[in-house]
Amino acid sequence: MVDVNKDPNEIQTIIATDCGSTTTKAILIERRGHEYRLIVRGEAPTTVEAPFEDVTRGVLNAVAEVEDLTGRKFIKDDKIVHPRQGDFGTDLYVSTSSAGGGLQMMVAGVVKEMTAESAQRAALGAGAIVMDVIASNDQRQPHERIQRIRSLRPDMILLSGGVDGGTTTHVAELAELIAAADPKPRLGMAYSLPVIYAGNVDAREIVKDRLASKTSLTITENLRPVLERENLQPARLEIQKLFLEHVMMHAPGYKKLMEWTPVPIMPTPAAVGSIMQLIAREEKINVVGVDIGGATTDVFSVFGEVFNRTVSANLGMSYSISNVLAEAGVANILRWVPFDVEEGDLRNRIKNKMIRPTTIPQTLEELMIEQAIAREALRLAFEQHKLLAVGLKGVQQERTISDTFEQTESGATLVNMMELDILVGSGGVLSHAPRRVQAAFMLIDGFRPEGITQLAVDSIFMMPQLGVLAQVHPKAALEVFHKDCLIRLGTCIAPVGTAKPGDPCVEITLEMPDGSTETRSVRFGEMVLIPLDVSEKAKATIHPTRKFDVGAGKGKTIHTEVTGGVAGIIIDGRGRPLNLPEDKDERVKKLTEWNKALGVYPE
Amino acid sequence: MAHAYTPGLRVAKQTEVKKERRLPLKGEVLVKVGDRVKAETVVARTELPGNVQTVNVANKLSILPEDIERHMLVKVGDWVEEGQYIAESRSFFGLFKSRCTMPVSGTIESISDITGQVIVREKAIPVEVNAYVDGEVVELYENEGVMVRTVATFVQGIFGIGGESIGILEVVASGPDQPLKPELITPDHKGKIVLGGSLVTIEALRRAQEVGVRGIIAGGIGDADLRTILGYDLGVAITGSEEIGLTVVVTEGFGKMTMAHRTFDLLTSRQGMKTSISGATQIRAGVIRPEVVIPLDSTGRSEGGNDVEDAPSTGLAIGSHVRVIREPYFGRIGRVTALPPELQKLETEAMVRVLEVEFDDGTRATIPRANVELIEE
Repeated sequence: MVDVNKDPNEIQTIIATDCGSTTTKAILIERRGHEYRLIVRGEAPTTVEAPFEDVTRGVLNAVAEVEDLTGRKFIKDDKIVHPRQGDFGTDLYVSTSSAGGGLQMMVAGVVKEMTAESAQRAALGAGAIVMDVIASNDQRQPHERIQRIRSLRPDMILLSGGVDGGTTTHVAELAELIAAADPKPRLGMAYSLPVIYAGNVDAREIVKDRLASKTSLTITENLRPVLERENLQPARLEIQKLFLEHVMMHAPGYKKLMEWTPVPIMPTPAAVGSIMQLIAREEKINVVGVDIGGATTDVFSVFGEVFNRTVSANLGMSYSISNVLAEAGVANILRWVPFDVEEGDLRNRIKNKMIRPTTIPQTLEELMIEQAIAREALRLAFEQHKLLAVGLKGVQQERTISDTFEQTESGATLVNMMELDILVGSGGVLSHAPRRVQAAFMLIDGFRPEGITQLAVDSIFMMPQLGVLAQVHPKAALEVFHKDCLIRLGTCIAPVGTAKPGDPCVEITLEMPDGSTETRSVRFGEMVLIPLDVSEKAKATIHPTRKFDVGAGKGKTIHTEVTGGVAGIIIDGRGRPLNLPEDKDERVKKLTEWNKALGVYPE
Repeated sequence: MAHAYTPGLRVAKQTEVKKERRLPLKGEVLVKVGDRVKAETVVARTELPGNVQTVNVANKLSILPEDIERHMLVKVGDWVEEGQYIAESRSFFGLFKSRCTMPVSGTIESISDITGQVIVREKAIPVEVNAYVDGEVVELYENEGVMVRTVATFVQGIFGIGGESIGILEVVASGPDQPLKPELITPDHKGKIVLGGSLVTIEALRRAQEVGVRGIIAGGIGDADLRTILGYDLGVAITGSEEIGLTVVVTEGFGKMTMAHRTFDLLTSRQGMKTSISGATQIRAGVIRPEVVIPLDSTGRSEGGNDVEDAPSTGLAIGSHVRVIREPYFGRIGRVTALPPELQKLETEAMVRVLEVEFDDGTRATIPRANVELIEE
């Protein structure tokens, strides 16, 4: 076993894997001179299911690809060799996992908007998919709640409820419901379901009495000890511990995998959250990240050091593509398609992608349709995120005379697009877009950044591996993140406000790295691209007209530095809120014009 | 992307089919290894714990929860009939009585002195599992179920709705490209499984429901029609529990799709035979495809002994028979003529592995490997 406590500088070679539900990805990181860099990556199908039913098979196959690509050896006798002996083996092996459907949880709390919502945030932050939220005031009959608990078969239940010293009756009621449902875990019929109690300390004995004999009960600190404060970390750590002890131990091959690594295996989304928090803290920036997969879309945000994560379990680009249509509606998808397509035809195309999820667009029209659907999936996932990434509800706010006219409610969203510094995208439709500017445009239309925002994609979705690595070797994780993880797309400048089409919107002057100056006047309704290479920066003077704001207030000029990328500097003169023309012909004309201005598609 | 091709759906003239028939919870197995069973034979039975109801006794009697025990007329574990009194309180020197009755018949599961609630469990719900196909019991899972083996014609579909159905196969379409129109379905098709051609329309589905058809097999279905028959937009491809009165198995995809000739001809040759179909589909991890199983004799033993044709998957090669599964050549069938190893640029500018294919009419096309599926022969 590798001694993780040894001088981190002695670690030369690191292998990190992420066991996804379909693919296991391995990366090799090595110390070159004074810094750590990504050397190669390998991937192989995940082998959790029949006929293999052993996750380590996929891990070994992915690492074998790394061996092929480097000519080095890491495997002996079907094991990853460590500690390293000369050129053979690795100093450190770490892994994350979301195989087997990830961690599926139910949460329960007394008041839906208060403790139940805090419990939901705790579970999501620990990397879980929240299947349902049970609350005393969720308008359902007790038998309906019991039925739900029984039919969903979660991996784990998080029970919260009551601030310390508050209600015990409602907590008892919830505990009794869980006991009556007598829930069975999804995997492994033989063990009892893990339940974590993180509620009112006064109700601990009652909960023990109701649940200890029927479930595998763990008690931890109250996640909402007082209304004004959340204390989510103890519950999150407990969830991750139980995830390893119960859920993972019953997933095929994980016992073996756990013996290979000195660092606990993290749920993939928890690892992504960890690296994002590290970056936000180190650089004092606000970050939003998205990973749009085939079945689910995860959104992560760090605003003012508050981390939030949501997972839209049924928004994705293949398995769940049809659900994007169901949730967004046909009209919302068609508004992004720059040509005429019949509703029936669109519906059939989407369903055919759902039943044959591995197919790829062969024609340009198919690509445009897929990217239109991606915009809606991103928009919907982000809307769900904004609803949950909120301040605490039910908290009395101190108000002064000057606040009287500002009707801010408790529980307002923490996501402030004007304060956002960087938006990072990941997942096939963004990472494999044939032109990088397509990814930038999808991110802009899906998330509607305001003011000045950097755009990037994590092309091979390395963030999970770097997140788990950051637990033991933050230096290596940060260096690789900065040098090798992100592909910088560029910067989006989007003035907030509206005007009549063609009215002046913003004037931008860039002092380019070669000493030249570029000035562009952008009208309302226009999109403009100014090329600026990756790693290049330009001094910018941004002067919005009096109806528009780029961060300093309406009509206020900003002097700043903007970062280039493979796409460049994109000036989005369409205003915020973003409204597309209602008339179909007019809309198609505008979409075509914008695509041409940014060079989104081949002519 | 090295393994980017879709393994084909199986279309086998004669093959061994094994079906695991398990209970959702442990129970009683009613057959033994070696038994010959009919599709309709019940092979295992159990009882699911009954539904749970709550009665807020403290509220109803206006008493404190901690006093509940002394007001209860029944105790934990008692079976109580609907309408029977379970608790009472007396007030004003015993002159006035308030009583609480049972809302449903069931067993008293718990009495809480904190919430003042009584939890009642209704009668257990019986669950039975049938053999689904005519065949022979070859394995027994104690208290859980059995494995039934048969030799059958076996066709996998791409998408389906509705659970398992059993009936006689009736060919009504005159060719694989003929849509299944409502006028083709007659009262004679009651209880049968109907083979259509390229498309099943909403009108045909409605007609089949009226007549009492048990199942429909067709090349395609329009998504708008699917939404109409289900009453909602299907978000995720996990099906099998829809209750529309019949099972639908689609072999090619959404829209009007000529059924592969081979599939159509094979099924047509089984006209009049007892057929088991399932619409259950799951595309995510642990793929489940809808299926058509036509046992070749009533015992599940093929007349010819061991001449079972099983199609081993050989992978994609020059000469492989493939079906294109995405626009612009969706549904067309041809043979692979070249498998260039280097990546090629598509119209979308994506660089991918491709293959060259010659269609049945002699025309040729270049297609991403991800967009074909093998037709297993």
